[in-house]
Formats: sequence, C-alpha cells, structure tokens
Amino acid sequence: MSEAGLIKHISHPHPVTGVTNSKLGVWCFLASEVMLFGGLFSAYILLRTGVTDWPRGHEILNVPLATLNTMVLITSSVTMVMAWASLQMKSLSKYRLYMTLTVLLGLAFLVVKAFEYGHKFEHHHFPSTDNFYATYFTLTGLHGLHVIGGIVVNLYFLLFGVKMWEKEPDQLAGRVEAAGLYWHFVDLVWIFLFPVLYLL
Amino acid sequence: MSHDASHGHELPFWRKYIFSVDHKVIGIQYAVTGLLFLFFGFCLMMLMRWQLAYPGQPLPFIGNLFSETAMIGGIMLPEFYNQLGAMHGTIMVFLGVVPLAVGGFGNFVLPLQIGAPDMAFPKLNMVSYWLYFTGGVLMFASFFVPGGAAQSGWTSYAPLSVIASSGQTWWLVGMAFLINSSLLGSINFIVTTVQLRAPGLSFSRLPFFVWSQFVTSFLLLLAFPPLMAAAVLQLMDRLAHTSFFMPSGLVVNGQVLEGFAGGGNAVLWQHLFWFLAHPEVYVLILPAMGIISEIIACNTRKPLYGYKALVWSVVFLGFMSFIVWAHHMYLTGMGPNLSAFFQVTTMIISIPSIVILTTLILSLWGGSIRFTTPMLFALAFLPMFGIGGLTGLPLGLNAADIHLHDTYYVIGHFHYVVAPGTIFALFAGIYHWFPKATGRQMNNFLGKLHFWPSFVLMNFIFMPMLIQGLAGVSRRLYDPMQYAHAQPTQPLNVFISISAWCLGLAQIPFIVNFFWSIFKGKKTDQNPWQATTLEWTAPSPPPHGNFVKEPVVYRGPYEYSVPGQKNDFWPQAMKENN
Amino acid sequence: MSGHSPEAIKKEVRTYVAVFVALAVLTVLTVGASYLKLSLGAAILLALFIASVKGTLVAAYFMHLRTEKKIVLALLVLAVIFFVVLLFYPSWHHL
Repeated sequence: MSEAGLIKHISHPHPVTGVTNSKLGVWCFLASEVMLFGGLFSAYILLRTGVTDWPRGHEILNVPLATLNTMVLITSSVTMVMAWASLQMKSLSKYRLYMTLTVLLGLAFLVVKAFEYGHKFEHHHFPSTDNFYATYFTLTGLHGLHVIGGIVVNLYFLLFGVKMWEKEPDQLAGRVEAAGLYWHFVDLVWIFLFPVLYLL
Repeated sequence: MSHDASHGHELPFWRKYIFSVDHKVIGIQYAVTGLLFLFFGFCLMMLMRWQLAYPGQPLPFIGNLFSETAMIGGIMLPEFYNQLGAMHGTIMVFLGVVPLAVGGFGNFVLPLQIGAPDMAFPKLNMVSYWLYFTGGVLMFASFFVPGGAAQSGWTSYAPLSVIASSGQTWWLVGMAFLINSSLLGSINFIVTTVQLRAPGLSFSRLPFFVWSQFVTSFLLLLAFPPLMAAAVLQLMDRLAHTSFFMPSGLVVNGQVLEGFAGGGNAVLWQHLFWFLAHPEVYVLILPAMGIISEIIACNTRKPLYGYKALVWSVVFLGFMSFIVWAHHMYLTGMGPNLSAFFQVTTMIISIPSIVILTTLILSLWGGSIRFTTPMLFALAFLPMFGIGGLTGLPLGLNAADIHLHDTYYVIGHFHYVVAPGTIFALFAGIYHWFPKATGRQMNNFLGKLHFWPSFVLMNFIFMPMLIQGLAGVSRRLYDPMQYAHAQPTQPLNVFISISAWCLGLAQIPFIVNFFWSIFKGKKTDQNPWQATTLEWTAPSPPPHGNFVKEPVVYRGPYEYSVPGQKNDFWPQAMKENN
Repeated sequence: MSGHSPEAIKKEVRTYVAVFVALAVLTVLTVGASYLKLSLGAAILLALFIASVKGTLVAAYFMHLRTEKKIVLALLVLAVIFFVVLLFYPSWHHL
C-alpha cells in the first residue's frame, strides 16, 4: 500500500470534527446500545402498564445485595477512568493497577449476579414463572452479557497494553478511552435498571 | 497503522480474497453473495407462483425432487408454501437487496467517492461481511431442519411465531447475526464519511450517492437494535417459555395452550418489529436513489436539478422514517389518537419522497441523454418508483387501509418500489460500476436484452396484484381462492405466474453478460463514462489504497457541460481548467 | 488524547473522586427513598429522577460529555429523541 494510502485520524483528531475515528465509532456504537436497551425498557413499560397485579421489586428481589452490586459497578467506573487518566499521566504501572481493579470489580459484579440467579432458581423461580421474573432475568441477563463483553475487552487491554504502549502510546490511550466509554455506559444502564427492577 | 499488509508484501490468497480487509474485495464479496441470495429468493417465489396459478396440481419435472414434508407427489403442502413465503421475504430483504445495495455498492464505491484509501475500520468491515455470511448460511440451513424453515411470514408475528417449529429459532439467530453485521457496517460508514473525506470535499460537495448511504447508515444504526431486543424476547418465549408476547388464555387448535404463564402482549412484538422494519424500507430505497442520481447526472451531461433539495429531503426522510411505523398496525385495535398521529407523519413523509422523485425527473430536462444500459434502468426506475410510492398513499390512511391491509394490494405496492424500483437501480449500478471494478465493459446488446423484457414483465406481474388486492384477495394464503370473492381473479394468477417465470428467463442475458464480461469484456480506461466523481480518477480496478496520490477536491460533484470548459465534464479533483 | 498536562489531570482526578462520592450518596438516597410509603406513581418519579441525576454525572464527568465535541453531542441528541419515542409510543393506550 502506498504512502498516500494510510488511514487518517486514528490517533490524531480530525481538524474539523475534533474527534478521532475510534471515539466517533464508539459513540455510534453506544447510540445503538441506547436503542437496544430502549427496546427492552419499552417492552417492560408496555407489559407492566398492561396489568394491575405487577409485584413491587423489593418484595421479590434482594435489595441489599443489589445495592452492593451497584456500588461495585460504580467503583469500577471510577477505576476505569483512573486507568485512562494514568495513561494521560504516562504511568504504565498505575494504568495496570487500575485496569486490574476494573476487571476484578467487573468479575465481582458477575459473581453477585450468579448468586442472585442461583438463589432464585433454587426456589423454583424461573423466567417462565411470570412476566416479572421474565423481565428481571432477561434485562439483567442481557446487561450481564454486556458486562462480560466489557471484561473481555478490558482484560485484552490489560494483558496486551504494555506492548501497545511501547509501540503506539497515543493509540493505546484512545482505545482505552473507547473501552472506558463502553464500560461507563454499562454502568449507566445499571443505574437505571437497579431502581426500575429492584425498587419500584 | 491501518493493517499489517506492509508496503511491497504480497498477501497469501486466503488473506487477499477470502479474509480481506480491503473495502473493494469486501464490497464484491457482499455483492456476489447478495446476488446469489437474490437468485435463491427468486426461485422460492417461482415455486410459490406454481401453487397460486395451478392450485393443488403436481409440479412438473422437479416436483419429485422435494421431500415428503414439502410436496407429496409434487403437490405443494401448505406448510411448505408458508416457508417459501416467509423465507422469500426474509432472504430478498435481509440477505439480498440490503447486502447488495449497502454492503456491496456502499463498501465498494463510498471510500472511492470520498477520496479515502479504505474504510475507517477495515478489520471491522471484514467481520461485518463474515457475520452476514454466517447469518445467511443459518437462514439457508433452516430449510433442512425438522419442521422446515420459518413459516410465520417475514414479519414473524407472535404468538404464531412463538409456537412455530424450530426453523423459527434458526430465523431468530440468523437475524441476530445479520443485525450485528449491519451494526458494525453502519458504524464504519458513518465514521468513514465524517472523518475520511479528501481535502476540499465538504459535505455540500458530496455526491448524492454518499449522502444516501450516509443517511441509510443512521437508519441501520438506530432502528435495528429494537428488533435485536425483540428477537431476544422471542427467543426467550420460544426457548425459556417466558410470556413476553403470549397473552393469557391462548387457545390453539381448540385447546388452551399449556406451558406459558401468560400476561404478555402480541402487539408488543409488532411495535418492536415495525420500529425497525419501517426504516428498513427506506434502507431499501435510499441507496437506490443514490445510484440513480449518479447515473442520471452522468448520462444527461448536466448537473442534477435541486441538489440542496435532494440533500435536505433525504435527511428529513431519514428522520421521519422513525416515527411512522405504526401505519403497519392500523388494524391492531389502536385508538383514533394514536392512529391520527401515525397517519399525519405518514402523509408528511411522502413529501420528501416526492421531492426527490421530482428533482430526478426535472434533472432530465434539457439534458443530452445517453441511452446506455445503466441509463435505461435508471429511467425506468423513475415511473416505477412513482407507482410504488403513490400506491402507498391509501395504505397510509387508516380508512382505506382497513380494506387493503393484508391483501395483494400491499404486495403489489411494495414490490413496485423494491423490484422495478430498487432492484432496477441495483442493476443500473452494476452496469455503471462494473468497468471500475473489473477494468472491462459489460456488453451493451445483452444489457438491452436484459432490460426490455424485465421492464415489461415487472409490470405484468405487479399491476394485476394491485387489482387483486382491490378485489379483496388475501395475502399469505396457500389457497386464496377458497373465498368466493377472490375467485374471479384466478386468471390473473395464471398471467402473473407465467410472467414471473418469464422474468426469470429474462435474467439469463444478465447472468451470461456478467460472467462473460469479467473475462472477455472490452477493456476500458479509468473513466469510460466520462464522469466527474472521484472514483473515476482511480485506476480500473483500483489498487490497494485506491489512489496513487490523495486527491484534492476543487468543485461540486456534477460539473457537467460547464460553459467555457473544453470538455462536457469537469472532474471534481481536476485543479486546472478543462 | 495527548496534550493534557499533569496538573490538569490531577484536577480531573479530584473531580472523579467527588463524582464517586456523589454517586454513592445518591445510591443510598434512592434505596432509602424506596422505604418511604409513596404511591407507585410518586415512587417512579422519584426513583427515575435520582437515577437521571446519577446518569448525568456518569455521562458528564466519566464519559467526558461536559467537554465533548458537537458532533458527538448531536449524535446523542438524535438517539435520545428516538429513544423517548420508542419508550412511550407502544404503551400509549396504557399510559
């Protein structure tokens, strides 16, 4: 490929739009995710407002455990943004510390979730039991799949980050920022999912 | 760094042609796969037309090739007819037209037209194609599972789709792959168009083709996810026996359905489905309008009339397309207020469509028209899209829709738009850009031999369907003539079916032309049509990286017959006077 | 994303910690509010209001939307418009 054939604005922002390709790309992706969870919340609203006997979340679900999980995810958002900030401060060791914490907190979230699900299954409550359980399992399940995806991405940048940092530090910082935006979005969805499912 | 093909290294065959990250190779992969699925979907329709023309008659010659679950003694079973119907629609829309129009033409032409070396995310582009390919394989394979393929319409309405056989699960999983393919592709198109335009190529100098692909990408980005959500919910209903779409007390075949808690809502599926499927029809037409615009400008040797009107119309159309969906649901028991909202938005959305059609027609006025093969298809597109669009108006109004909903009128309407509409535009695009992709021309005589019978036969097929619909003939019925009011229209079914089979024959010149020209077509230079847009400044076919030197743009995309210039076209990237 | 000075980053870190504290407090608040004997309608409004505040903090500060470029903000406005339509129109009859 000739010299003229290199793709621009990978690491340096476009002079007019002011963003890099990956930043615009990940925001496009997040816009689509807004519509995905929008579809799910829309289904929830339609189903719940269509009946009179929908139970209150706190009657059925474990609020203290979920509150803990909410704090876990919020903390992981902080460690994620600190990981990015560490790269801005050119400290690879701090980056690795915060990224490790983010991955561990994400895993902790999943462990608590698994415990919640297991408890429900033990008591013979399944998605098929009724639409409250159906929406609870499906919405938190899809959110959980997104958490898994985020952990995989973060783990990739943790394990291969050193090599990337040595070769193209700006590009790594951009990619970690993109991964961070995704991770914050996953946190954002939970911030709404938690009160809607557990408290209302 | 964009990818690892460093300067001077030759890639092995499997990385150059199979798992390529080059947008041109990926575009051709999409196009070829799309054309194959169009062919397969067409064959499904030809089978359906036998049952409709000669109900209960054994299919000659090939009838005994089908298994006993499809045809007994060559006589089609209703379950198989329903599979053919559901999969014809699914395959044509999701595996044929859109992959060709967006994946094929978008991928190949867009980076070239904006002067970019490739898409913004080449590896993601490759992943998009293989996700589409996988989805297509799953859809095709679903014919061979017990119970056969999906058979609840391409619209998969609950609760029928929830209790249908396993083919429906394959449909849902296949759709999930297609949706993700589309998602990654649309991110690529948007970022590429915004970030990678060549110096001097402002948005107001973009060819209308790029605008149409750009707006289409927003439709795909934002409208598909609710269908993804719906597919997840339907999979949960089918596999985990949730009741998202299953109402309480559902009776099937005279018995109360067991195993579902109930409390669900079948209309929920319709809302989530149509939230995607309405913008989807604009995904079907917008790239076609873009292709037609390029060909009209080039073959009239004058600028398009009303470029600004075209651009504002397509942007407005894209926005409006998100708020009209429930006009597909007028008969679900919605009240007058909700219905009024959607009727109003539906009437409003017809305005930009008409503006676009009108500007394209006005673009012909005073032009020096070259009746090349692409131009013939482009000219035919205009009245065909006109008929398709106008026949949509009664459907958009609740009062008329009560009579026309779920009749052959609807089938006639949307096929006019997609078949002699979009598909003609896609043919036009193939004839137009074939020289750029291959360095050879397609044969003109075979092109005309393809065009004229196709044009006539398309009208023979779909005009009678409008009549049948007005007479009240229901769609999606294995035996529509079971109703007395439909029976007088049965001769039309014979006429339509014969026309459809002849239309299949009429594609042979195209297939022969396409393959023959790849190897033996007349060799061309880089700009055989003497066009102005950037793709014609690259070699035919363009090398990896597209342009030897990054182009710089000095003017708009349609500077044809400019007074004072020597040639009747002034390329966008030409610095000096012509 | 180079070009940020170490001092500017340190200031940003202080902001992140402040936002974290705010989010923690709001979480406690929203759980506490669920113990108030409110009608369902009032409970929904209160819970969604607190969640919106939390969400805004995450979006504005962790996701840097406070200082983000116009093109990103425009894209999000578009998505939010369609999100609201999708959320409420299907339930029109029930609301």
